[in-house]
Amino acid sequence: MPKKYAIHTKNAAPRYPPVGKYAAVEFRENCAGSCRLCVRKRCVYNIFNDNFSHWSTMGEPEYLYTCKGCYRCVEECTKGIFSMAINPEYRTLGNDYWTPAIINSTWAQAHTGNIPVSGAGYRGPFAGEGFDSIWTDMSEIVRPTRDGIHGREYINTMVELSSRPMRLEFKEDKSLVTELSPILEIPLPVTFQQPLFGVLSEEVLLSMACAANELGTLMFINPENYSSAFSDYSSSLVPCLTRNNYYQYRDLIRTSQMVELAFAPGIENEFMELRRIKPELIISVGMALDNKSVGQALVLANTDVDTIHFYGSDNGRELNTANPRHLKDMIRETHLELVKRNIRSRVNLVFSGGVAMAEHVAKSLICGADAVAIDLPLLVALECRLCNRCKDGKSCPVELEKVEQEWGAQRIINLMSSWHNQLLEVMGAFGIREARRMRGEMGRSMWFDDLERDSFGPLFGTRKVTGIG
Amino acid sequence: MKNVVSIEIVNEKPGLPQTVATPSRYRNPIGKYVVKRNSNCTSCGLCADLCPYGVHLRYENYSEPIRPLDYRCIGNKCEANDFFCVKQCPQHALSVGLNPIVEIIGDYRWSSEMILAHWYMAETGNLPYVDLEYCLGYSGGGFDKIRFRIPDPKDYLDIPDDEIDTSLLLNKRRDGRPERVLSLPCYGGGMSFGSTALPVLVGRARAAERLNTLTCTGEGGYPQEFVPHRDNIITQVATGLFGVREETILFAPVVEFKYAQGAKPGLGGHLLGDKVTPEVAKIRETVIGNSLFSPFPFHSVYSVEDHKKHIDWIKEINPRALVSVKVSTPTDADMVAVGSYYAGAHIIHFDGSYGGTGAAPDIAKKNIAMPIEYAIPKVHRFLVSEGVRDEICLIASGGIRNAMDVAKAIAMGADGCVIGTADLVAMECLRCSNCESGRGCARSIATTDAELGHEITEEWAEQRLVNMYMAWRKQWCEILRKYGMRSIKELVGRSDLLVHLDYLDEEERNKYQPAPKRKLVL
Repeated sequence: MPKKYAIHTKNAAPRYPPVGKYAAVEFRENCAGSCRLCVRKRCVYNIFNDNFSHWSTMGEPEYLYTCKGCYRCVEECTKGIFSMAINPEYRTLGNDYWTPAIINSTWAQAHTGNIPVSGAGYRGPFAGEGFDSIWTDMSEIVRPTRDGIHGREYINTMVELSSRPMRLEFKEDKSLVTELSPILEIPLPVTFQQPLFGVLSEEVLLSMACAANELGTLMFINPENYSSAFSDYSSSLVPCLTRNNYYQYRDLIRTSQMVELAFAPGIENEFMELRRIKPELIISVGMALDNKSVGQALVLANTDVDTIHFYGSDNGRELNTANPRHLKDMIRETHLELVKRNIRSRVNLVFSGGVAMAEHVAKSLICGADAVAIDLPLLVALECRLCNRCKDGKSCPVELEKVEQEWGAQRIINLMSSWHNQLLEVMGAFGIREARRMRGEMGRSMWFDDLERDSFGPLFGTRKVTGIG
Repeated sequence: MKNVVSIEIVNEKPGLPQTVATPSRYRNPIGKYVVKRNSNCTSCGLCADLCPYGVHLRYENYSEPIRPLDYRCIGNKCEANDFFCVKQCPQHALSVGLNPIVEIIGDYRWSSEMILAHWYMAETGNLPYVDLEYCLGYSGGGFDKIRFRIPDPKDYLDIPDDEIDTSLLLNKRRDGRPERVLSLPCYGGGMSFGSTALPVLVGRARAAERLNTLTCTGEGGYPQEFVPHRDNIITQVATGLFGVREETILFAPVVEFKYAQGAKPGLGGHLLGDKVTPEVAKIRETVIGNSLFSPFPFHSVYSVEDHKKHIDWIKEINPRALVSVKVSTPTDADMVAVGSYYAGAHIIHFDGSYGGTGAAPDIAKKNIAMPIEYAIPKVHRFLVSEGVRDEICLIASGGIRNAMDVAKAIAMGADGCVIGTADLVAMECLRCSNCESGRGCARSIATTDAELGHEITEEWAEQRLVNMYMAWRKQWCEILRKYGMRSIKELVGRSDLLVHLDYLDEEERNKYQPAPKRKLVL
């Protein structure tokens, strides 16, 4: 059994108050003044104690960063003049895909490393597009679940990014003929990639690289950002090169375990030259996730590439089309095409774009990915609000450029610890002890369309509406 | 704060518990509309005389205007009435509008209107007269898209509620054990001492007694306060085995094996350290302040044969107990149901993935196992095809929010339902989700805090529940009357009476109430 993988978390408090959901609103003209029963003084969570001055100055509304939304103050105010609203700044966080709830939850996970736990039932829509149309399976009687959450049963989340021979050949004396290629394993099926936007100061990138190194995973990085400051983490960095520039990064290649080449027709012809520079090099090919990517993957899978890295949109969609499919469908299609041709085991598939929560990792694997690559969650862990001001050259509201490496790395480590533990929750319920076994286990997941057809079809006939919700 | 239980009798019918007005514990109950009174008011008292809903209060010998009870207001649709206070006020001191806070309370499953309506039902025992949508949420699927088919008016059975049977038979096996009949087609879901305040739990037990139904201990042990109500309390056997002793098995009319919980399938119970007070630690025989994570699964059960062994143990200890098996909703829910039947269970209880909890990882609540709407017809059909449907009681829970959901679940194939969240909403829960840690629930429900945990009285909790279920019963009776049925048993499996909006042609779909839609900020 491999050594148990543990991620060590440490509180990394936010530098700026996180944007809270609620705002308190008062209609002061009716206030009793120094009411001894003022609900501000009686808050169960003491949230108003952080801002005593507001009690007297009453600049309105007051944005509440830690309000839990129990509305007791609204219902107990002696004059009935206290009310709540949604903080307008909270509404503007992110977008329809990167919702305020996702951003807020990511901040909390990066702060403490704890997984999100709450009371009451699920509060969201019945189902949704993309990953929200999949439920994972479990069973407690006829198929045992695994008790991995608290280390009582070991669940291994390690995956490989190196290729493997399709068969082993032996001599008559039973010695091995097949030349085994080097093995590259990462302890959790999540890799990092350099975001395409954001305040990407050296400290920010170093935070990501340091976290990747600490976690034992990899970070795909633009070689132009690769300075000597990164040398301590070189084994965790995957320079993203092209056919035209890789030769000038020969030194970088020699210090790396893995490099990535951007896809181009005939790119496989460069692999030999790369391995001439470093024989045990693991090679990834990066390509856009679009309607050509499956065909390109089929070609590459028959070469000696180790990993194919597909880049989807930030919102988890196919690129280069007016009617993009969701990441989950693209992963499934790619995986199944390779399975159909009996070449799935030759190559590893990494998908990026739109992986925003831990559940997306589990569901990507179920759809057929070996691992995912994330970028925006890394920025959000560092308090980014996805406000896009930096795209217009404006200042960052949380001064990302001032992030200190140690703090930044810890925030990302905390986030990944939370994701890792959530992955264990899903795998435990699944009854699966190996992340590698989860790959493509679609039969152990439940999909909206299938459930509607199988459960509701006999009751209601044929579904006449497309889409969900 | 004071729990007020007035003695005004709102509704009394022979054989049914009394509904008694049981107002909110809070000074300013939240309503759909707000009524504002400005400084022009001279406190003439005309509005109090006019309003038949009691929005405007006025006491004798007290001349100051009192804040309106605006949760009783019907809003601007009152304009058509002669008693519309805004129009009649001689000083033009009154205004009525939508309460903006309604926009931010609730969620996709429990909309703010559904919550406010249930508060009203729990207060009065009646269905709301304010235009609140209490049957449908914003989830955009499942129950929120399923409707009862438009009935044929000729089928209407004009009989009073008293003549309609809403009972539920728990033991269909004819195995010599008691054939326990509940008066309602639902009973209370497990809530543990530790997750929930003791007066809330005892209030539930008292209400179950009056309603002739059941409630369940959950995994938190068997407080002494339960003993007088033991005929109406299910003893739950979960993986932590808290409070599972010979005497608590002997107390129980029904023993429930909790294999899984819909909100956290595949995971054991969670009680975070903050809620493990000395009393909770004592009853669970654990350490104060230490989080309690129950193991998963039952390590003594890895097959249906092992499962049968568990059931046999219980049957041996208590020859009068019925056995319920509570599981979640995996792909093979149908196989699990048949396995449990052959293992000897009287009740197979499926808890869907959107069920309630005192604490669960968000990833589990949202993603693991299927919603109950899919599981019910799948299991019902399979039990029918196996020829055993008439010998087992099929119970559904997990995301069943209101009386209409219960009726839909029964028409889809369940015999009855288990209710948890709605019980708490009746006690003024608003699903803020902060039950799990710290002092627990700020609204004094899901808490063991020394102060908060004692703010609710057992009497108040009991009466609020009785009221809510009596309001629900009115709704069930009306549904049954529309289809010419005298008993809710006739509704079981009548999926031909249901339609799903997404499965109808547009013309047909337009005949039904569309699914409410709203984009919420969660």
